[in-house]
Amino acid sequence: MTKVVVAMSGGVDSSVAAALLKEQGYEVIGMMLRLWSEPGKEDSNRCCTPDSMAQARRVAAKLEIPFYVIDAKDVFREAVVQYFLDGYARGETPNPCLVCNRQIRWTFLLDHALALGAEFMATGHYARVRGTESGKVNLLRAADRTKDQSYILHVLNQDKLAKALFPVGDYTKPKVRQIAEKHGLPTAARKDSQDLCFLAGEDYRNFIQRNAAEMLREGDIVGCDGEMLGRHSGLANYTIGQRKGLGVASPVPLYVITKHAASNTLVLGTRDELGSDELAAHEVNWIAGEAPREAFRAEVKIRYTAREAEALVTPMKGNQAAVRFDAAQRDITAWQAAVFYQDDMLIGGGIIV
Amino acid sequence: MVYLDYSATTPVDPRVLEAMIPYFSASFGNPSSVHRYGQVAEAAIDSARETVARVLNCRSDEIVFTSCGSESDNLALRGAAYAMREKTGAKWILAARVEHQAVTKTLAHLEKYEGFVIEWLDVNESGAVTAEVVSKAICSNTVMVSVMYANNEIGTINPIKGIAAVCRANNIPFHTDAVQAAAYLSVDVEELGVDMMSLGAHKFYGPKGVGALYVRKGTPLVSQLTGGGQEFGLRAGTQNVPYIVGFAEALRLVNEEREARAQHARLLRDRIIGTVLEAIPDSRLTGDAASRLPHHASFVFKDVDGNLLLTLLDAAGFACSSGSACKTGNPEPSEVMNALGFSREWGLGSLRVTLGKDTQRQDVEEFLGALPNLVDQARKLK
Repeated sequence: MTKVVVAMSGGVDSSVAAALLKEQGYEVIGMMLRLWSEPGKEDSNRCCTPDSMAQARRVAAKLEIPFYVIDAKDVFREAVVQYFLDGYARGETPNPCLVCNRQIRWTFLLDHALALGAEFMATGHYARVRGTESGKVNLLRAADRTKDQSYILHVLNQDKLAKALFPVGDYTKPKVRQIAEKHGLPTAARKDSQDLCFLAGEDYRNFIQRNAAEMLREGDIVGCDGEMLGRHSGLANYTIGQRKGLGVASPVPLYVITKHAASNTLVLGTRDELGSDELAAHEVNWIAGEAPREAFRAEVKIRYTAREAEALVTPMKGNQAAVRFDAAQRDITAWQAAVFYQDDMLIGGGIIV
Repeated sequence: MVYLDYSATTPVDPRVLEAMIPYFSASFGNPSSVHRYGQVAEAAIDSARETVARVLNCRSDEIVFTSCGSESDNLALRGAAYAMREKTGAKWILAARVEHQAVTKTLAHLEKYEGFVIEWLDVNESGAVTAEVVSKAICSNTVMVSVMYANNEIGTINPIKGIAAVCRANNIPFHTDAVQAAAYLSVDVEELGVDMMSLGAHKFYGPKGVGALYVRKGTPLVSQLTGGGQEFGLRAGTQNVPYIVGFAEALRLVNEEREARAQHARLLRDRIIGTVLEAIPDSRLTGDAASRLPHHASFVFKDVDGNLLLTLLDAAGFACSSGSACKTGNPEPSEVMNALGFSREWGLGSLRVTLGKDTQRQDVEEFLGALPNLVDQARKLK
């Protein structure tokens, strides 16, 4: 029997993923990572609370599959949390979830799955993989577009995609719930949250205050022409596009345009100055394993929750890409991912510079 | 699957199960009742108590049935602590650093909420408490001494006779947790000289959920579970008749088959210890090489996550245990590993392999064939 490890969360999607694979005749093993939380809050990482662990364990028992918790605290702290803190130190708005997906879920956990003799690793993500005649694997958006989670998976290369299964990607959410009910599995989704798992529901600014207080140095707020507008309380406290809470009096609404880490200054501008119709991405992962030869039209997503925007994507040397949108986009934020789609197919994606 | 975790628990022996069955429904009476239903149940308990007393070489009114080994430990420690405080005002308790949590947590509780002072006795490099260490630590203010008969994690057998002699010479009650030891070692309380001894049936092919505490006549003890007068007023609550019957039958069988079981296990265990130390680099035996439970092999592997090794072993079809066993995957070296002085890089990589009376030579060979590669994998994943 082919062994497959399912990364389980205790929620409905990964539970149904496990149930579907079992139905399809795989030998299924459930796994969960124990991630890092701040000392004293060990049980509050959203991805692995004692509650969700207990839930996943119950699901595994119900499906009669073995279930293991793998310790990933140290590697998560080093790879993900440090990346987050370093990013803020440079005045950036890092997206640690991308790093977690690449280095923790699809490297660390996958390595463990393979060590257990598994040929595949499955998750409860809404996305699809399809083998092609050339032997390459395509990554597609979920059948249920409203639930599509392929954005976060753009970091996967061909090696990993060849081992990836996304069993719920072919179903709509209501259908997934139905399958859960049929198997007597919990039907509640894990609380969907944009918060980072290791913040334990707290504001990231408090976290930075505790873990890297030096990143909250006061500095100048300036306008686009360099005029002094006021003082800021530390660059990490602001996000691109932010309007409220800037403490600057102005006849027109002002927004955060950029953050200059080197000079520790916050740059504000009007709404018109905020948008841009282009972006550059680096560390681009081309799903096919190589960059398209020519510029191509694509739908580009610049945040997990953003609506796709029409653009022309020009691949460049060194895994970079230039993106020119048909219309200006308001909140292009460095260190978020820009992901390129053609219809259902995910072509590639990279980090916004 | 090959089960190599008999120190965690054992299956109920079919002979034990058979002895228990009549007392669930057919003879269901309450032993405290006056009528004949009650008399039948009471007779079963009396008979069980006599059986246990014979094996322990004690009087049957020195046996208190409880719900498990942990409850026995709780009754012994709390019960004697309160009684001795009342009697002499003493509040100093001595216990080994490497006791089972049923002892360490109970004592920590007595310290935090009851004002007792706990002195944790150091162990030697084998994890044993010597009579000299106990002798040096005893003073006029000592309430009692508690040292386990054999260690659950590393299998080391303590010199109970010597420690008991020291305690008796100083007129201080001595309790031993014999939960791990009873499956393979003599539990003759006269020979051992102990005043209290905890037992749990599921470690020797009896059911889970039943234990016993031996209490030598004259040992000061206050009941902890109050209510009816069952168990000589030391443990209230309607007795669990079928389980008590099961306890006695399992202990009777241990006593009869002890030598054969020990010999069978010892051969296989020695094969495991020899092969592992030879085949796996950076591996060490934990506990005493000679004075250890005959079915018990325990190791540490440098730079291995013990939990991960257990996961790999389970996926490969072998059920073992680890000192730092923790299902939530939050590994910390165990207190025992710390007490033995292992650094974190060694202490996290512990493995316990414990054999049973039905373990086959082939099970052991398969395990030994798989282990080196799995340790290797665990190291690579680190």
